[in-house]
Amino acid sequence: MTTQEQLVGYRRDTDSHPPLDSPGYRSTALRHPTQPLTLLPHRLTEVTGPLLGPGRVGELDHDLTRQHADEPIGQRIIVYGRVLDGDGRPIPDSLIEIWQANAGGRYRHTGDRWPSPLDPNFDGLGRTLTDADGRYEFVTIKPGAYPWRNHDNAWRPAHIHFSLFGRSFTQRLVTQMYFPDDPLFGQDPVFNSVPEHARSRLIARFDLDRTQPEWALAFEFDIVLRGRDATPLEDHHG
Amino acid sequence: MADLATTPSQTVGPFLHIGLTWDDGPYVVPKDMQGAVWLRGRVLDGAGEVITDALVETWQADPDGRFDHPDDSRGPAQGWRGFGRSDTRDGGYAIHTVLPGAVPGQAPHIDVSVFARGLLHRVVTRVYFPDHADQHADDPVLSSVPANRRDTLIATRTDDGYRFDVRIQGERETVFFDV
Repeated sequence: MTTQEQLVGYRRDTDSHPPLDSPGYRSTALRHPTQPLTLLPHRLTEVTGPLLGPGRVGELDHDLTRQHADEPIGQRIIVYGRVLDGDGRPIPDSLIEIWQANAGGRYRHTGDRWPSPLDPNFDGLGRTLTDADGRYEFVTIKPGAYPWRNHDNAWRPAHIHFSLFGRSFTQRLVTQMYFPDDPLFGQDPVFNSVPEHARSRLIARFDLDRTQPEWALAFEFDIVLRGRDATPLEDHHG
Repeated sequence: MADLATTPSQTVGPFLHIGLTWDDGPYVVPKDMQGAVWLRGRVLDGAGEVITDALVETWQADPDGRFDHPDDSRGPAQGWRGFGRSDTRDGGYAIHTVLPGAVPGQAPHIDVSVFARGLLHRVVTRVYFPDHADQHADDPVLSSVPANRRDTLIATRTDDGYRFDVRIQGERETVFFDV
């Protein structure tokens, strides 16, 4: 057939991710498949994926502190890093979407009703593209922790949601970035759903060198998407 | 070469709409496109309840079976986004698209990701279409699925397109793939 057989797939990463059935996080109980997953060898549909370009990103989308007439309340922070594949290669020109609560831990969302005030100057939505070296940078405010009803006196540690596309369907990833030394980690079943050895990959690093004096603290958060297989896929058509 | 460990997945949570919805998200093809169809469906939990805080994303070839991507060696299908996303706040998802063409060696299909509160990692499935039933027996992915579950991957016709419900858990659970 054509050169389709020369496609190179992506390595699977089974030891990074939380199990879909994680009893500590109660919402997983009725929302995890009980049948085993069927292995899907990567073919053209899986090694391609949406390459979502500049048309998706507005001029101030990367700066969540400048999207209104006034600045939001909160600790101003820079969140920056690189998006790499599992071989350490940068992933360029790739869309990153983030969303987060405000400094008081409240989301601008009709479903968030807990009694902490909304901030009229904060939407909590950011978008950017990685540059040619896979680098990205957001300016935002540090989100607050907030209570939820998973268990008695449950609180989510402060976090920022990240959505990444990479270059292929199989690299798609949605995750959460946490802050160093959060005292709420121990009681959070979402963070702790991740295998223990992998949890530190979700925690940003405080970076004094990138802090802007008299302006903003800085946190570094590198994100790794899957790397490619070493050899082309065999012919799956036979 | 480095072998870096992948960043772990986390749930989108209940407030995914802030970050993951676009005004044109459901429109893989424009509203006025001739021959376009609506792919609609519900996402259901293990109690049969409709999940209204899910996000469905679709990825598909154009009607000639091609992708606008450098890894498609036949050359880019320019102007073809191929990607759709729809949340389920109104009780289901809806994607405005056209039927994909056959990718070499496979029956026409759409890859689907489902994200939701309570899903710590996306689940992935595929939609096939009743129009191509004659190609399904030879499709390598459908053939890898137990025969008695294959129908969970095949959409049904409706007045304005197709219906494809996703059952996360329970009776007639949708086949999900390890990608």
